[in-house]
Amino acid sequence: MKAREVVLVDGIRTAFGRAGEKGFFWHTRADDMVVKIIRELLRRNPQVTADMVEENFWGATTQEKDQGLTLGRTSAILAGLSEKCAGASVDRMCASGMTAVNSAASEIALGAFDIAIAGGVEHMGHHPMAATADPNPRFLVDRLVSEDALVMGKTAENLHDMFPEITKEMADEYAMRSQQKMAKAYEDGKIAKMIVPMTVYTPEGWVVADHDQQPRPDTTMEGLKDLKTPFRAMGKVTAGNASGLNDGACGVLLVAADKAKELGIQPKMRMVAYTYAGVRPEVMGLGPIPATHKVFKIAGLSMADVDLIEINEAFAVQCIAFMKEFDLKLPDEPRLNPWGGAIAIGHPLASSGPRLMVHLMHEFAENPTAKYGLATMCVGLGQGGSVIWENLQTDGKETTKKKPATKGKKK
Amino acid sequence: MAKIVTQFYPRFYEARVGKIALVTMDNGEDYKKPTTFDEEALNSLNKALDVIQKQPDVKGLLLTGKHYIFAAGADLTQVPFINTFEQGKAIGQFGHATFKRIMDLPYPTVAAINGAALGGGLEISLYCDYRTVSKGVTAIAFPECFLGIIPGWGGCTLAPRLLGPEKALELIIFNPLSQNRMIKGIQAYEMGLADRLFDTAEFLDDSIRFLEGIIDGSEKVERPPIDSSNLKPMLQQARGFVDSKVHGAAVAPYRALELIEGAFTWDIDQGFTEEDKALGDLIKSRQCKASIYSFDLVQRRAKRPAGVPKVEPLKVSKIGIIGAGLMASQLALLFLRRYEMPVVMKDIKQEFVDKGLEYIQAELARLVEKGRLPEAKARYLFALVKGTLDWADFTDCDFVIEAVFEQMEIKQQVFAEAEAVVASNCILATNTSSLSISEMSSKLRHPERVVGLHFFNPVAILPLVEIIPGGKTNDVTLASTFAVAKQLRKTGILVKDSAGFLVNRILTKMLVDCLDMVDEGADFQLVDEALLSLGLPMAPFELLGFVGPAVAAHVQEILNRAFGPQRFPVNDNLKRMVEAQIPGIYLGEPPNRKLDSKVKNLWQQRGEKDFRKEEIVERVLTNLTREVDLIMQEGVVADTRDVDLAMIMGAGWPFFMGGITMYLDMAGYTPKVLQKVFFTF
Repeated sequence: MKAREVVLVDGIRTAFGRAGEKGFFWHTRADDMVVKIIRELLRRNPQVTADMVEENFWGATTQEKDQGLTLGRTSAILAGLSEKCAGASVDRMCASGMTAVNSAASEIALGAFDIAIAGGVEHMGHHPMAATADPNPRFLVDRLVSEDALVMGKTAENLHDMFPEITKEMADEYAMRSQQKMAKAYEDGKIAKMIVPMTVYTPEGWVVADHDQQPRPDTTMEGLKDLKTPFRAMGKVTAGNASGLNDGACGVLLVAADKAKELGIQPKMRMVAYTYAGVRPEVMGLGPIPATHKVFKIAGLSMADVDLIEINEAFAVQCIAFMKEFDLKLPDEPRLNPWGGAIAIGHPLASSGPRLMVHLMHEFAENPTAKYGLATMCVGLGQGGSVIWENLQTDGKETTKKKPATKGKKK
Repeated sequence: MAKIVTQFYPRFYEARVGKIALVTMDNGEDYKKPTTFDEEALNSLNKALDVIQKQPDVKGLLLTGKHYIFAAGADLTQVPFINTFEQGKAIGQFGHATFKRIMDLPYPTVAAINGAALGGGLEISLYCDYRTVSKGVTAIAFPECFLGIIPGWGGCTLAPRLLGPEKALELIIFNPLSQNRMIKGIQAYEMGLADRLFDTAEFLDDSIRFLEGIIDGSEKVERPPIDSSNLKPMLQQARGFVDSKVHGAAVAPYRALELIEGAFTWDIDQGFTEEDKALGDLIKSRQCKASIYSFDLVQRRAKRPAGVPKVEPLKVSKIGIIGAGLMASQLALLFLRRYEMPVVMKDIKQEFVDKGLEYIQAELARLVEKGRLPEAKARYLFALVKGTLDWADFTDCDFVIEAVFEQMEIKQQVFAEAEAVVASNCILATNTSSLSISEMSSKLRHPERVVGLHFFNPVAILPLVEIIPGGKTNDVTLASTFAVAKQLRKTGILVKDSAGFLVNRILTKMLVDCLDMVDEGADFQLVDEALLSLGLPMAPFELLGFVGPAVAAHVQEILNRAFGPQRFPVNDNLKRMVEAQIPGIYLGEPPNRKLDSKVKNLWQQRGEKDFRKEEIVERVLTNLTREVDLIMQEGVVADTRDVDLAMIMGAGWPFFMGGITMYLDMAGYTPKVLQKVFFTF
């Protein structure tokens, strides 16, 4: 089979709420959030009608209750897509949504479909992480993984141990800058463009969820200094330098490049390459490093070719480790997370991968000379996922970067 | 149980076009307890509006409800406590004054009808400038006239102005008096009640977007001009319809007609004032009180029948029907549709069986034609029925019901034959209308599994079944039969094994008196008119034709044998009619209906007494009062509420009579005849 080019036409997300009773999605179902995203993508792109969508591919870390029953199929029905539309669900923990997008793109590339909607959702209020999981006792009995592997904060502490040069102060500073960058982006109206307001039920009346609940724009080093380190005594990981527990959904509209042309759609970016790689579960935050090396190798690119980097900030330490590996500027690499990251925005697991792509899409629009963007994230139980996109919003301007040496996908 | 309080929650949204107030009506319960309005709720609305009016820069307001419910109108639990004109009027005034504050807001207002909108719940939406409705809404209505009142919180004044006479009459008069029919979201949109129809999936988002469009001018709402030129003929037609339904016995619909007419000449405030007066007159009225009582019976008592033994019912997975006549075929069809389990239907001749199967097939085809059943499903259902002449097909039935000829020996015989093949716990039910269950089961090895399950004709329509245990019927059989009734979506009431059971005994008692009065010299039509003026759905002699003189005479004889000629005389003229095989008293349909000359020739009147209508009604109701009292003394049912529920659901007697006992109490018959009232708390 010969691969076809796949383009991303649009992407949108819900606001990211705080998980739990105080979050504004507490009384809203995860599948309804997905339905909202599907319908909004179609509303914003009238060239694509509901009956043209052939595949609806959604990622969720917990696949039960309001995220269960093959979410890709249930949400297609609930959203009013054609009954001919197929649907699937996938779980790669935090990279579930990224996987849904990559897999749907692969399906299009290989000719299975022309048009797909893909994304991720996580209602961490309804589905606390691994709450209903039943890990095999052999993990511990056979010492396959340490006990830390299932507690993400402990894996982040392990990273600090591994990289003693990454101090708590460095992590706090990274976190503070993330908050500041996002506050600026909010102020400049960049974030609101990525969010579709959604009316949500609360026992005190319906409200409109139109902004993220996680950001703390007033974060200072002073304020971060004395936060508790819940994962170990004298630890370095705090609620301030880690992402929170959130509810949110994010999805994208993917189309075969030739189909987009036929429909007269101006796509936003083209998928170049993606891959995933495993690491030891105890230090799952390292995941983006091998995944990114690998995706560069596949694409024939290097970090020098990349104009924009979106890394999911599960923990500040894990981002700093990544920056050190690729010789990025510390404490603040201008190419990396220019509008802030998950520490400020929040990290509703499966929705974060598509959220990184939506950031790239908007950042590309503002940087027509930018050619390549990287989205990368770490994954619980020790993985990383990386995907490279090419900017198609260049306004005819020549980019400075060279063409990739090889095609995005292996045949 | 804590009191449920409806709150109006004001929230604010900084929309693209400025600040929008979102007001949610919510009583904190799920959709099974719909949001209703009482005084506290209106106070809450006033408070919410105070909060909103204090906010600067509000650009628009959107009013909506909790999940699946917009609002279900006034809290009816207060009605029994209202006894004066002033109290009723004050309720009207407070509602008007509060709701009108929405109308007087200086910015656009939208009612987003996200779910059921009934009565006052629909009225509040009319105070908004615009309405949106969800495609998922299935219950929009003004049920007031069905309940003895009128839409008096603005409905009679505002709906005609918005919709014109024809649609307003449909909503306020025709629908409530047609078994309280409700309309769906799409119909509300098509008739102009709502300005926009949106999908359920994003209903509130779309409604907010619509309001934003109204605010910034990008949305325009075009409404066709109101045509009231046909007001008079429309009103006349509606009046004729009301007459045909309630025969002048209910006040409310006539009052509503006056208000609708006035809406086209009065200004809004005068309309509201007239509504207040109407509520003052109506809420305290007998018809309203009785209607609310009936509504409660049908809503609550019907769903939790009294007297069901607390044991696990048997599982039913195959049903046997003995007989293939019209009644048996109707039963087979009902079981098929509600159970979707194998049904076997037995008769003694192949041609009878074939006819029964043909009936079922034709009825299924009719349902397919009406779009109420997919064709493939109809084929599947028909494949589940088996017609047979052989008892062997009954071996694995769990529930067998007989609908053979109404004769004790025949019924005893088919039960004996059935018992020879079925399992020992298979339930044997009889659809007898008057024969003794104990006697029917007396010759069986297992009489404990025999039970009466009496349906009313037409089976598909009348929602009542009488469930009659015989002397030896055990708890499992009884509980299972109630479970069967529920599965068939019928309301079962527990009735003692006594002649005529409940509904037929009351109807027959009435018929006996009517026949008697004709014998004494009264005119058939006069008797019918007299009883219709109570508001009964069908006059006694009309009913006689519907039931058939033979069946009526048969039931009469059984009651005569049980209770003696004093209370249940056998009418010789009726017997002659049966012998002459005359199918009914009248020929033709109203208004051209006339007395069948054959009846006239055959009837031997023994007197020439001149009757007045009042006299006729008085005789019938006085005797019914005594009969109901005897029914209660004999323990035929445990509670007079069951008498009323049965007459409403089994005979279609009107809500505003409260079945029968509530009427007898309120109209003074019980106090006069028995020096008491039937009603107890």
